[in-house]
Amino acid sequence: MNLESRLARVLAAGHFAVTAECGPPQGADSQPIQEKGKLIKDVVDAVNVTDNQTAVVRLSSLASAVLLKEMGIEPVLQIVTRDRNRIALQSDLLGASALGVRNVLCLTGDHQSFGNQKAAQGVYDLDSIQLVYAARIMRDEGRLLDGTRLKSSPKLFIGAAANPFADPLGLRVTRLAKKIYAGANFIQTQCIYDTARFEVWLNGARQEGLTEKVYILGGVTPLKSVRMAEYMKANVAGIEVPDEAIKRIKGVPNKDQGAEGIKMAVETIEWLKGLDGVAGVHVMAIGWEEKVPEILEAAGLSPRAKLEKASQ
Amino acid sequence: MIVAEKKPLAEIKASLGSARRILLIGCNTCVAECAAGGPKETALMASALRIAYDKAGEKIEVREASLDRQCVHEFLAEVGEEVNWTEAVLSLACGAGVQALARFYPQSVIIPALNTQFIGTTVEAGVWAEDCSGCGNCKLAYFAAVCPLTRCAKKLLNGPCGGSNNGKCEVSPDLDCAWQMIYDRLTALNQLDRLKEFVPPNDWSTSHSGRPRVIIREDRRV
Ligand code: SF4
Repeated sequence: MNLESRLARVLAAGHFAVTAECGPPQGADSQPIQEKGKLIKDVVDAVNVTDNQTAVVRLSSLASAVLLKEMGIEPVLQIVTRDRNRIALQSDLLGASALGVRNVLCLTGDHQSFGNQKAAQGVYDLDSIQLVYAARIMRDEGRLLDGTRLKSSPKLFIGAAANPFADPLGLRVTRLAKKIYAGANFIQTQCIYDTARFEVWLNGARQEGLTEKVYILGGVTPLKSVRMAEYMKANVAGIEVPDEAIKRIKGVPNKDQGAEGIKMAVETIEWLKGLDGVAGVHVMAIGWEEKVPEILEAAGLSPRAKLEKASQ
Repeated sequence: MIVAEKKPLAEIKASLGSARRILLIGCNTCVAECAAGGPKETALMASALRIAYDKAGEKIEVREASLDRQCVHEFLAEVGEEVNWTEAVLSLACGAGVQALARFYPQSVIIPALNTQFIGTTVEAGVWAEDCSGCGNCKLAYFAAVCPLTRCAKKLLNGPCGGSNNGKCEVSPDLDCAWQMIYDRLTALNQLDRLKEFVPPNDWSTSHSGRPRVIIREDRRV
């Protein structure tokens, strides 16, 4: 599968891949996303661009992805099914490919009631797995969901998310299997604080042979403070912050909590590196992008692997 | 049943505008069951209106009626005389009842008194829940009789999403996660394997999203 995706090549070569995340700004300026990009440009293999995350209107993810691409950063375009129907989604997949975006992450998205447009119509014409499926048949079979033949196929490395911490636990591996069946090439997980639960999930995946079929990138978000940890535990759907983590960060003076959070993130990455079936790390340093190089360096992940250029 | 809720009185009063002869028409079916527009609620609303206009120093005449089914043509003629007398009809039926009146009485002002909410169930006294979206292609046989298109906040057919927590939906602690329910029922029925199958995108053309739907059955026509 020659996809011209650096991320795909890094993973295929067996390197521990590193992705990070950039949230587009709530405005029309290109500068904020470019500045975030600059901070992490040379320390990651690819950068996710979020799609109106938490249902808050932001600069479009496709536009942001192209802005990063122009700077020589490989984007992972996040696409949610909350806001567009299958006509628009398939069209955007074609558009992304035409603009040279080679990685997509297919998501359902946070519910519109969490955002700043609470009166919006939630579309949900497809779910994330169906979007993965659409992307795969467009790429591999050159056709749309209804069977229409495409004049040319998009070149996409297809990703999906997984949340090992959500309920019911018994369905989390099933969902992963479905995502792979639908066509996911790589998986980025929800941020990990509860390592025990992650391992339960990963073991389940390994037993089903799923880790052989997909590249799993473990999610890591450094905690800035005990306030952030408590907020995430109480308010962010799908995130599990165990009491021990909160205790640990509480145990240091306020001014050192950020440093402790970074230390914990580094430890999580070290632990991920040792896990059989984990192919990389996805660092989501929300609003704290400047710390990403330091975290990766401490975790022994820089510089990034040099790869020969794609053959086309 | 169709579940509805009363509109605020101020909104109703504003919609009635300058009408001074007002006819309230309740409905004895769904909206009576959900205690929004049955004969009792119609009587209560009539007195509430009288009091409100009285307080404002305005004179109105109010009459009340209640039909067995406001959405069925043959019941609507019963109130013909009162409708002719009135300047505005205030319907306490669902949106279908309101529009049935409008079809039947093309010259009359018809105002809704309720906000029609959903096709739902009386779960317990005083609690109604949305269970059906009328999608035109029932999938309940597949999902252990829990509708993900209606009861999952994201209409997921290959759920659950990453926000399902302790049986609750990420959107609100008042909402049960539909996918937890599907999972629990399929576990009880020993059909959990069903969730391994990929469910393809839904065909919305049979739903309202396709277009307003009309059913014509020749065997029932006269
Ligand atoms: S938590 Fe459950 S019901 Fe709510 S959106 Fe997610 S899957 Fe649907």
